[in-house]
Amino acid sequence: MTIREVVQLLDAEILCGEEHLDTPIHTACGSDMMSDVLAYVKDQSVLLTGLLNPQVVRTAEMMDMLCIVFVRGKRPEQAVVDLAKSKGIVLLSTDKRLFVACGILYTNGLGG
Amino acid sequence: MQCIKLEYDVDGENFASAGHASESVKRTLKQMGVSPASVRRVAIAMYEGEINMVIHAHGGKAEAEIYPDRIDIYLKDSGPGIADIDLAMKAGYSTATENIRSLGFGAGMGLPNMKQYSDEMKIDSTVGVGTTVFLRVNF
Repeated sequence: MTIREVVQLLDAEILCGEEHLDTPIHTACGSDMMSDVLAYVKDQSVLLTGLLNPQVVRTAEMMDMLCIVFVRGKRPEQAVVDLAKSKGIVLLSTDKRLFVACGILYTNGLGG
Repeated sequence: MQCIKLEYDVDGENFASAGHASESVKRTLKQMGVSPASVRRVAIAMYEGEINMVIHAHGGKAEAEIYPDRIDIYLKDSGPGIADIDLAMKAGYSTATENIRSLGFGAGMGLPNMKQYSDEMKIDSTVGVGTTVFLRVNF
């Protein structure tokens, strides 16, 4: 799956990183606890979360993740978008809830 | 032996900027051609430490010494100290406030994570004086 397909499946809005939409991805994780993401995530390349602060982007960066999906229609402040831009991380926003968004991606072949 | 030394001030008043030092170290190691797996281990261990310094200890100093085969990291703060280090090392144990948890941290995984991702870890802490955490990651 590519990030572009994630956008389509989740009917998501692209907040930044349009130039990376054709990057292939294989796995994702969903969590609002960055501590848990840092503890349990191995090679997941997409993070789905309802948390909006800059540490979400930093966590993703430390884990070499490529894309963050903000669920429940949430949108971060511009400073967070700018931080992601500078790291080459794609930011998406979807109206779907965390469980539903994860479910859609999982049933369409994205692994955990 | 050839060694690159890096030093950072970790701003304890600014949660938004936490991770700045880890980010810089990560970038430096990447540029030096250290393997991506090692770079990630260093980044995660140091980032957890940096977050701890901000949420528990009003910031402090982060120092990194990069050798050809390893990195040694010293995270020094003048915070409240850790009364029971064994307890603090237990996965899931946390003294973080609800406010910190609402920011996505304080799950009690910071110190266990630092241990998991490093090859050597030492905590030197005195209540009321501060804490120094030493982390070594071999490449």
